[in-house]
Amino acid sequence: MNGLKYIPNVVTLKLNVEKCVGCAMCADVCPHAVFEIKNRKSRITDLDACMECGACERNCAVGAITVNAGVGCAAAVIQGKLKGTEPTCDCGGGKSSCCG
Amino acid sequence: MENDNNGYALNETETGAASCCCEKPQEQTYQRSENLHWIIGAINTCAGYIPKVSTVLLLDDKIGVVKTRLGIGRMQYSLAPGLYAVGSPGTKSPVLVSANYKLSFDVLRSNLSGRDAWILVLDTKGINVWCAAGKGTFGTEEIVRRIESTRLSEIVAHKTIIVPQLGAPGVSAQEVQRGSGFRVKYGPVRAGDINAYIDAGMKATAEMRRVNFTFRDRIVLIPVEFMIGMKLAFIAAVIFLILSGLSRGGYSIGRVAGIGGIAAALIFISFLSGVALTPALLPWLPGRAFSVKGALAGIAIAAAVEVYAFAHPAILGSWLSAAAWLLVIPAISSFAAMNFTGASTYTSLSGVKKEMNIAMPAQAISAGAGLILWIAGRFV
Repeated sequence: MNGLKYIPNVVTLKLNVEKCVGCAMCADVCPHAVFEIKNRKSRITDLDACMECGACERNCAVGAITVNAGVGCAAAVIQGKLKGTEPTCDCGGGKSSCCG
Repeated sequence: MENDNNGYALNETETGAASCCCEKPQEQTYQRSENLHWIIGAINTCAGYIPKVSTVLLLDDKIGVVKTRLGIGRMQYSLAPGLYAVGSPGTKSPVLVSANYKLSFDVLRSNLSGRDAWILVLDTKGINVWCAAGKGTFGTEEIVRRIESTRLSEIVAHKTIIVPQLGAPGVSAQEVQRGSGFRVKYGPVRAGDINAYIDAGMKATAEMRRVNFTFRDRIVLIPVEFMIGMKLAFIAAVIFLILSGLSRGGYSIGRVAGIGGIAAALIFISFLSGVALTPALLPWLPGRAFSVKGALAGIAIAAAVEVYAFAHPAILGSWLSAAAWLLVIPAISSFAAMNFTGASTYTSLSGVKKEMNIAMPAQAISAGAGLILWIAGRFV
């Protein structure tokens, strides 16, 4: 990541190694190489690199991964606070979207 | 007709490229529409004619890129969902899934020159793959629905679809397989790696799987972020402009043009510090929180302004104003930089919440105290 690291010790990602069957799907979908497969088991090697996108959780067929997935976007957090909802980008239709 | 293969109109037809599995191919009348220059023909399949798209981007497409990057008509830059053909695909050709954001689609097709492939375009409401996946519009249900409505299983003989890796937050591979019978293979992050990925037997290298945030990646996002943040910066500038007329002798319009103009310019400079300078210098600015990086950039800018004002005392006027800007510039820069977290490729929601809990009160206190000092400065 070009030497870029975000705030440490806050990520909600958890891996239950006992449930893991070593399919390596989590390592495939992770955009920040958080997982490593060794001896047919996944393990988290770089927890602080996780951006909580939720791809691993959604693609783990045995439910070994949990993470509070969401968009790491300050504007979305403000939007959510104002509307009383979860952090959300208004990419749906509004013109003031944060998504390029 | 049960088939929703995008309904694009064409007058050129092409046959024979795709082997057709049914006895009577459907006949359809097509008429070409002016702005669909990228559709260059049609492929006849048993599920109807599939529009064939060019792999060459024309000036129009490139202007589209520039316009969306500048935030002009960005939310309307979409294409009809459905199936498209590249080259002369047949029953064994790979199926690549994409979003109906024209920028995403264009990047994909321009990387497929010389290749025969199908592109399955999902209805993501004109949003790019990654953002749409975060919202779930690029998702399991839409893939299953689109596979059905395009009758993909009648067009290809295999049961594999290549989904861009950045679509994975919205897609559950196992549920797509359960719902459609198609196996999801996650392709590379960047469309530029798609040929290497397919040629390697649908295998991605570790490098293809990783998201970056290079200098170029950051720079191209600045204009859109600028357009979004400009509204708030404009409101702040107007507040300072209105207040600048205050003086001990009552309200003076003359001061609005003088002191007010300088204040508006400084607000604009602070905003640029957060929205442009901070993203550009992101890896080199100290701290991890974007608000900290933005505040530090703002302090540097404020220091430069103070040095200049020391040489030209008329610029800021009283020492109260000088102190005010030391507080206001970093606060605005910090807030604008914090909003760049949404454009970045590596910030977690937990991290953003943590930094906001500390940064927002600090920004508010700093900006508020600065504003009070500045107003006090109008009366000395």
